[in-house]
Amino acid sequence: MKVGVLALQGAVAEHIRSIESAGAEGVVVKHPEQLDELEGLIIPGGESTTIGKLMRKYGFIEAIRYFAEKGKPIFGTCAGLIVMAKEIEGGEEAHLELMNIRVSRNAFGRQRESFETDLDVKGLEKPLRAVFIRAPLITEVGKDVEVLSTYKDEIVTARQGHLLVSSFHPELTDDYSLHGYFLEMIKTNKAVVN
Amino acid sequence: MQKGGVIMDVMNAEQAKIAEAAGATAVMALERVPSDIRAAGGVARMADPTIVEEVMKVVSIPVMAKARIGHYVEAKVLESLGVDYLDESEVLTPADEVFHIDKRDFTVPFVCGAKDLGEALRRISEGASMIRTKGEPGTGNIVEAVRHMRLINSQIRKVKNMSKDELYAEAKNLGVAYDLLLEVHENGKLPVVNFAAGGVATPADAALMMHLGADGVFVGSGIFKSDSPEKFARAIVEATTHFTDYKLIAEVSKNLGTPMKGIEISKLTAAERMSDRGW
Repeated sequence: MKVGVLALQGAVAEHIRSIESAGAEGVVVKHPEQLDELEGLIIPGGESTTIGKLMRKYGFIEAIRYFAEKGKPIFGTCAGLIVMAKEIEGGEEAHLELMNIRVSRNAFGRQRESFETDLDVKGLEKPLRAVFIRAPLITEVGKDVEVLSTYKDEIVTARQGHLLVSSFHPELTDDYSLHGYFLEMIKTNKAVVN
Repeated sequence: MQKGGVIMDVMNAEQAKIAEAAGATAVMALERVPSDIRAAGGVARMADPTIVEEVMKVVSIPVMAKARIGHYVEAKVLESLGVDYLDESEVLTPADEVFHIDKRDFTVPFVCGAKDLGEALRRISEGASMIRTKGEPGTGNIVEAVRHMRLINSQIRKVKNMSKDELYAEAKNLGVAYDLLLEVHENGKLPVVNFAAGGVATPADAALMMHLGADGVFVGSGIFKSDSPEKFARAIVEATTHFTDYKLIAEVSKNLGTPMKGIEISKLTAAERMSDRGW
């Protein structure tokens, strides 16, 4: 199973390592044409303004929307969550507008307010070690969105059908269970499509 | 998450906005860029907090600021302002000739310069969470950054191939903690990211550093000392992301205007060389 990691900026190598440890083949994605050969896509953490700008520049906006329309699963982490949201607070233009969520950027504060915690995530057997770095928050969820975990009553993991987002960085630890969860989404999705 | 991308030196809110719009992943707020520090001479200190606050107000990307090597209080002052990263930097005049800042005493992460593996691991021991090369800043000359990146990577390869019993002597040779060296031996890489910094003046320079294995690039004087900062900034961002796409680098390099004027490093006297500061 081939899973791509959007490699415009951010934690690319870490996601590749995690996805391979979870049992799939990781592909570094720099061009929209590469999406054709993939069964799932991860949009990594980094700076959403940088990633959003480069996605527009290289034609990734339309290409990823098409990828999602075909029902292929997408997993956005941290900045990836921001670029998948329908609405970004503070007037910033939304990017892919795939998920019915409203997000607040840098909601936990600046770099020094970054932290780690053990998080219960619906669908995972054990709590997950979650690393929050200048993390965004989901402030509102709309139609078809299921909340998978919260931290201090704030939504930090959510799913809408074949779309998955987390406001933390699951790729920075040796716990690959959320990547495993994403691979299961791809497998189930294939079963449905077939 | 600081990985990949370009961090740009800015001297005011307006430049910070240009950098963010061009796709910078962070900005370094300074009173003067390195080439001006070089020109002005005298003691270079941390920036006026007003400039740092101004920059923090106008951008949503992380803001970094520089403190002098060993200047605990400058670092604490910048931390209190809420900056996202501190650079204990040789670009400023060192405040301590023996000791670097104990970076474990801070909640804000530090980036530090390193010319070789020993220096990188000593900084990491002190608590640095990001390393960068110490290319000769403000010169527009990439040669020193290339030297540091190549040296660190070749030293890592050497350590990776050593037998475990050889690591004890190597730890002594490099002047580093054994446990940290063992980690490098086992993983074949530094435990933190390593960015290129110092002398990056063109999109091709940035791509060269990525080709040599940098995790990202700092651009100091290169952008706002060039003829057209906006174009340069965008071009360097694109070349860093697509560092193996030479056609694209050719495309973004067209009609950029004059880059910053460079300095031949062998013409610098020992006292003028900044990369020798820090140990």
